[in-house]
Amino acid sequence: MSRQTSRLDAKKVNSELLTLTYGALVSQMLKEIDNTDDVNKQLERIGYNMGVRLIEDFLARTTSTRCLEMRETADKIQQAFRLYLNMQPTVTSWSSSGDEFSLVWDQCPLSEWVEMPNNGLKYCMLIPGAIRGALQMVQLEVQCWFVQDQLKGDPVTELRVKYIKRLEDAVPAGED
Amino acid sequence: MVIYGVFIVSKSGGLIYNYDHNIPRVETEKTFGFPLDIKLQYENKKVVVAFGQRDGINVGHVLLSVNGSPVTGRTTEDGRDVFTIIETKENYPLSLKFGRPRATTNEKIVLASMFYPLFALASQLSPVPKCSGIESLTADTFKLSCFQTLTGVKFIVVTEPSMTGSEAVLKRIYELYSDYALKNPFYSLEMPIRCELFDTSLHTLLELVEKSGTSNL
Repeated sequence: MSRQTSRLDAKKVNSELLTLTYGALVSQMLKEIDNTDDVNKQLERIGYNMGVRLIEDFLARTTSTRCLEMRETADKIQQAFRLYLNMQPTVTSWSSSGDEFSLVWDQCPLSEWVEMPNNGLKYCMLIPGAIRGALQMVQLEVQCWFVQDQLKGDPVTELRVKYIKRLEDAVPAGED
Repeated sequence: MVIYGVFIVSKSGGLIYNYDHNIPRVETEKTFGFPLDIKLQYENKKVVVAFGQRDGINVGHVLLSVNGSPVTGRTTEDGRDVFTIIETKENYPLSLKFGRPRATTNEKIVLASMFYPLFALASQLSPVPKCSGIESLTADTFKLSCFQTLTGVKFIVVTEPSMTGSEAVLKRIYELYSDYALKNPFYSLEMPIRCELFDTSLHTLLELVEKSGTSNL
């Protein structure tokens, strides 16, 4: 595993590059699409498509095994945040049934230097999309939405993740 | 360490990548007199040796060329039927080349989709719950190692039976797949992988394994 970490280091880039590229994408989308709700939807879809591919990268790099419990999943998502965005969100606000939790962070590389126009845009909508896509590939259907957003004046950003169901049909042979 | 080939089977059981790395070429050319002492028959669009194994020509080998002219199906390059040539005394002495048939892409696709239910069957037949399916399948001439990811993609390498450390190779191929295939924006999921960078890095990996083993992967 030691070699792998060194491989990761080699590919590290400045987070400002990501911030700027993402900003350019969002502002371009706002220019081209009139309806802000549609922009949110598109961002979620882009995130979903990224997540579907990114999960393989995550699994190939970490020695993750299948999660059979939501707390494990939360740990893995936290690990992914550290791996891909170099940030460490806190996992809090578990529901009593243990199928719903929040990820809370106060700084995210994606939303640095952003002043929001007041039009209902969910700037970081890519993240919940990516989580949904990635978990779907490991046969877990979840719902993801923002409860609080710093860009809208809240003290922290809070992303809620809710377990919907396990996609039993899609579980590969030898896993069920 | 000899690696014969690499296969990647998608979640739905389709072959999305195959690569023949180092398959020994078995070919024998020999001049024959009349009558031919090897029994040939036509099956699966090939002229196959049915009986009369000798001089490195084995039962199951196919006829590759007649007097240097390659055979396709049952006809030679100039359109003559192989069996007519063989039965005519005037054509002798005849130089015939036989060899092991190579699996065509279609045959490989069929084989890959046959492995898929076999894998599922193995996990269901297991006497103990939570069986992973076939991870390794050994025969006298080869060993097949399979690694299934959590997302259901299967990576398969066919190696010589004495090969060790195929798990490490499979893990590295998985990394290459996630890097070079999935991060290519023009690659769509579940489709055959046609990414040049993936090809080259896979070849480099296989050569490295053959030269220096799997210990430093």
